[in-house]
Order: sequence, then structure tokens, then C-alpha cells
Amino acid sequence: MKKIEAIIKPFKLDDVKEALTGIGVIGMTVSEVRGFGRQKGHTELYRGGEYTVDFLPKIKIEVVVPDSLVDKVSGVLAGAAKTGNIGDGKIFVHPVDTAIRIRTGERDESAL
Amino acid sequence: MRASRVCLVILLMAALGMCAAGAVFAQSPPAAAPPVGAAPPGATPAPAPPAKIDTGDTAWVLMSSALVLLMTAPGLALFYGGMVRQKNALGTLMHSFIILALISVQWVLWGYTLAFGPDKGGIIGGLEWVGLRGVGAEPNAAYAATIPHQAFMLFQMMFAVITPALITGAFAERKKFSTFIVFVLAWATLVYDPLAHWVWGDGGWLHKLGALDFAGGTVVHISSGVSALAAVLVIGKRRGYGQQPMPPHNLPLTVMGASLLWFGWFGFNAGSALGANGLAVHAFTTTNTAAAAAALGWMLTEWSSRGKPTVLGAASGAVAGLVAITPAAGFVTPMAALIIGGLAGVLCYTACNMKTKLGYDDSLDVVGVHGIGGTWGALATGIFASKAVNEGGANGLLYGEPGQLWKQVVAVAATLVLGFVMTFVILKVLDAIMGLRITEDDEMAGLDLSQHSETAYALGGSSYGEYGMSGPGAGAFAEAMKAAQAKRPAH
Repeated sequence: MKKIEAIIKPFKLDDVKEALTGIGVIGMTVSEVRGFGRQKGHTELYRGGEYTVDFLPKIKIEVVVPDSLVDKVSGVLAGAAKTGNIGDGKIFVHPVDTAIRIRTGERDESAL
Repeated sequence: MRASRVCLVILLMAALGMCAAGAVFAQSPPAAAPPVGAAPPGATPAPAPPAKIDTGDTAWVLMSSALVLLMTAPGLALFYGGMVRQKNALGTLMHSFIILALISVQWVLWGYTLAFGPDKGGIIGGLEWVGLRGVGAEPNAAYAATIPHQAFMLFQMMFAVITPALITGAFAERKKFSTFIVFVLAWATLVYDPLAHWVWGDGGWLHKLGALDFAGGTVVHISSGVSALAAVLVIGKRRGYGQQPMPPHNLPLTVMGASLLWFGWFGFNAGSALGANGLAVHAFTTTNTAAAAAALGWMLTEWSSRGKPTVLGAASGAVAGLVAITPAAGFVTPMAALIIGGLAGVLCYTACNMKTKLGYDDSLDVVGVHGIGGTWGALATGIFASKAVNEGGANGLLYGEPGQLWKQVVAVAATLVLGFVMTFVILKVLDAIMGLRITEDDEMAGLDLSQHSETAYALGGSSYGEYGMSGPGAGAFAEAMKAAQAKRPAH
């Protein structure tokens, strides 16, 4: 099993979710994160002060899939998340040792 | 409790006790016999008034009192509260809120009599009205011939409340709460009460001089502005100022606060006519006009100099205009109010930006907005005042009386000196006895936790706030969930 971790632009979340569920991915975990790569931040003005905010809001999606589906899932994910502009994000793939379904105790691929 | 704190508490109790005793045991003074035709602060003098209560006037003054209270809580509370960092939100709100309580008590015990009581040498009122003795339903014709004396007292109370609350913006995010309480009581007694007497008291020396201040440009705004300056110099900067970003945490609150201030200011200015009459309407008009012109003035200046019109700027601009028109509201024309407000927006914007160059940490720009705005307003009164607007006033520079402007300068100067020197002294004394600032650790943790053991925003309620804590009821929730689960059929 592998965990696919994708950092994407927040407004792309719906597109990505539709695309993934469309190819049979049943579950995912989403968190709100901040980050930057090559995309620049923005400036905020308050009274006498100018503040530079480097960290941009992003969404992190994590899905755990069987090894055989890694390429397909990451391909679909990238396709749905892409806008062509700087800041589209990145995908990282991590190995997963075990997965357990809490309710039933099923393990590994039957837990996905 | 430390010995110094015990001493202070005992002193405070003794002072309160003496006042209460004085109120109960001393002879009641003969009713104040005001000179007939003496001009009540800001209002048109009535011809030989038989002190008869007018229901319209009384209703309006009572309503205005409530409006001015609203300016402090929640107006100023929210205005300041939104501008500080999240960890200091409650502490900042508490400053304004608790001043309302502190001064409401101080005023009825000894504040009112010191400020407005029978004159002693033009400097201070006597203690004849301590505990509101002699202040009842009968009008006091020297101040307001058509409303109960107590109504006048109430109205003035709300001014006494908001003035120290304004200063709190200067030392936001770093003042020790216990010292803060003592400071407020000392400042009210040693700065506000004498100054109110000088400018508005029957016999006060600035009043006799003929300096014009319709609703409190000197007494409220210049005094709080210059006192704030003294405070920032004594207390020092916030830790991390200039290195760490300290942007406002909740500007919607600030805009809400500014709006409430604008709304309440109609009580502040129009109410200072002390009657439901043409003068009140006039002050209402000039107040709104100046606020609007200033909001636009600030916004346009910021837009052209920094590229974007900010919401904080528009809100601050409106407040600056309201500050500037305060001494002038019942003396100048609406067209003059446009100019006074518009220039206030530009001047105060510039002043706030100079703060960084001058190197002091006036956290919420009390000096830039109230000090500078109030000074401009007081001087503008000397320029634009017209007897055609208000016979009880005077003519200013534009109407042929350069002398009036000089009187305004004297009033401004006297206020600056009293405010700065006395505040400096009070703070130095308190620093020696009690310490002014919270510790570095407390400043990192924030006022809310360190001074009050509270958190402003337990946001994400069920997802974080409740589950992260242990305390009353924590175990009970888990038990209730188990019981509910047991009743549900398994799926």
C-alpha cells in the first residue's frame, strides 16, 4: 500500500474529489495547510505597517491505495488539480506498513 | 498578597470610606446659587431662566448619556479589541468594560463633585457634592437649566468613563491589570476631574478665559492623547515590536466598534447642547459631516500614497473626524465641518505613519488620532467658530476674532501640560510601587490567559475546544455518549 499525499490549491478540492471518487477511490483525508514553493506571498496593510505573508493557504489530500493503483490515482489527481500556473502543488508518495479498519479489525488491503 | 498591594488596597478603602462618611455626616451645603444668564457649557444661554424641567430636553440628555455609554462599551471595546492580537482580545475588551464600572462608582463618590462642584480658585471643585449630596431632580441653572441636575451628572459621567478608556489603546497588550485599575482611578481623579473643571466647571479658569470646547476636544481627546504619549514613553514598547508582525486579529470587530462610535457620538456632541433644540440638531449635522469627510479623507490619502484603500483606514478616518469635530460641533457651520473633518483624515493618517519614525509604540494610535485630531479640532474651533451658529459661543479667526484662536492655544497647552506631567508622575509612582508591565512570559502567553485565565475564542467548539480540556463535566460527556450508543441498534 502507498499513501499519496498531494498539496493542491484550495479551490481545486472539489475537482479532485470528483475525479478520485470517479475512479473508485472511496475515502480520503483533507487538511488545511499553509505553504509556499515558487509562488510568491502577498502584502497586507494595517495603519502604519506593511506585513508580508509568505505562506499561502493550501489543501493537503491524503489517500491510501493499493500499490497497483498508485500511478493511476496520482495521474488522475494531478490532472484534476492542475491549472498550469505556478503554485499548483506537489504529490508525494509514501510507503504504508499496515492499515486497520477500526470498526471491524480488517487489515491491509481489505481495510482500504 | 504582597505588602505593597495590601497597602494600596487599604489606602483605596480608606479613601472610599472617607468619602462615604463625608457624604453621610457633613452638613449639606446651601444650594448653589448660579449667576443668572451664565452660559452652560456649550449651550445657548436662555434669558433669565426659571429653572423648570423640560421633558424633551431631559429625554434627549438621558438618551445621549446612554449613547455615550455605548461608545465605551461596546464601541471602543470592539474598536480596540479587534486591532490587538487574538491572545489579548479579552484583556483589551476588559479594559474598556471595567473602566465603565470603575468610573461609574468613582464619579458618584467624588469625581463629579471635583469636576463640577462649587469652584475653588478656578482649579477644582469642592467636595460639597460628594456622594451626590445636593445633586437631585432640581436643575442646576449654571450647567443646564431645563434638566434635572442628576441628568447632567449622568451625561458627564459617560464622558469621564470614555476618556481613560481611550488611553488604554496606547499600552495595549502589556499592562498589568491590577496596576491598570489603580492607574485609572488615579488618572480620573488627578487629570480628568481637574481638567473638566477648568474647561466646563462653573468658575473653571479656562471656562472664564473663554476657551471654546463644545463636547470635549481638550477634556477628552487631547488629554487622553497626550497622556497616552506619556504612558508609552514610561511603559515602553511591546516585546518584539518592530521584529514580529502584530497585525489586527479581527477587523470586523473593529469596524463594528467604529460604527458604534459614530452612532454614539451623536449623543456625545449633539447631547452636549443639553437640550432638544436647534443647537443639538446643528451639532448632529456637523458631527456626521465631519466623520464622513474624514473617513473619505483618510481613505483617499491612503489610496494614493500606498496603493490600496484599507477598511481599517476608513474606520480610523471616521473616528479621527469625530474627534476633530468634538470641540467645534456646536460652534461651526456644516461647511466648516467638511473642512475640519477632511483635514483631520489627512492629518491623522500622516501622524499615524510618523509613529514608526519617532520610534514609540503607541499600539492603537491614541496619540495620532485623539491627540493630533483633538488638537486640530480645538485650533479649528478658534478659526471657524461663528456666533451666527451659536450666540453662546464666540467668533473665530475667520470671523474677525484672532484672539479666540489664542484662547484655544492656551487651552490646548494647559491640557497638554497637565495631561503629560501628571500621567508621567502617576505612572512612575505606580511603577515603583506595583510595576506597570506583565512579565515576558505573560506577554508571550497573552493578557487573556495571564491576567484573566480565559481564552477569547474556543473556536471549532466540538472539534477542539471542548475535547481538549479536562474540567467540570468532561467525563460526563463520554458517559452520555456511551449510554446513547447502547440504545442505538448496531449497524
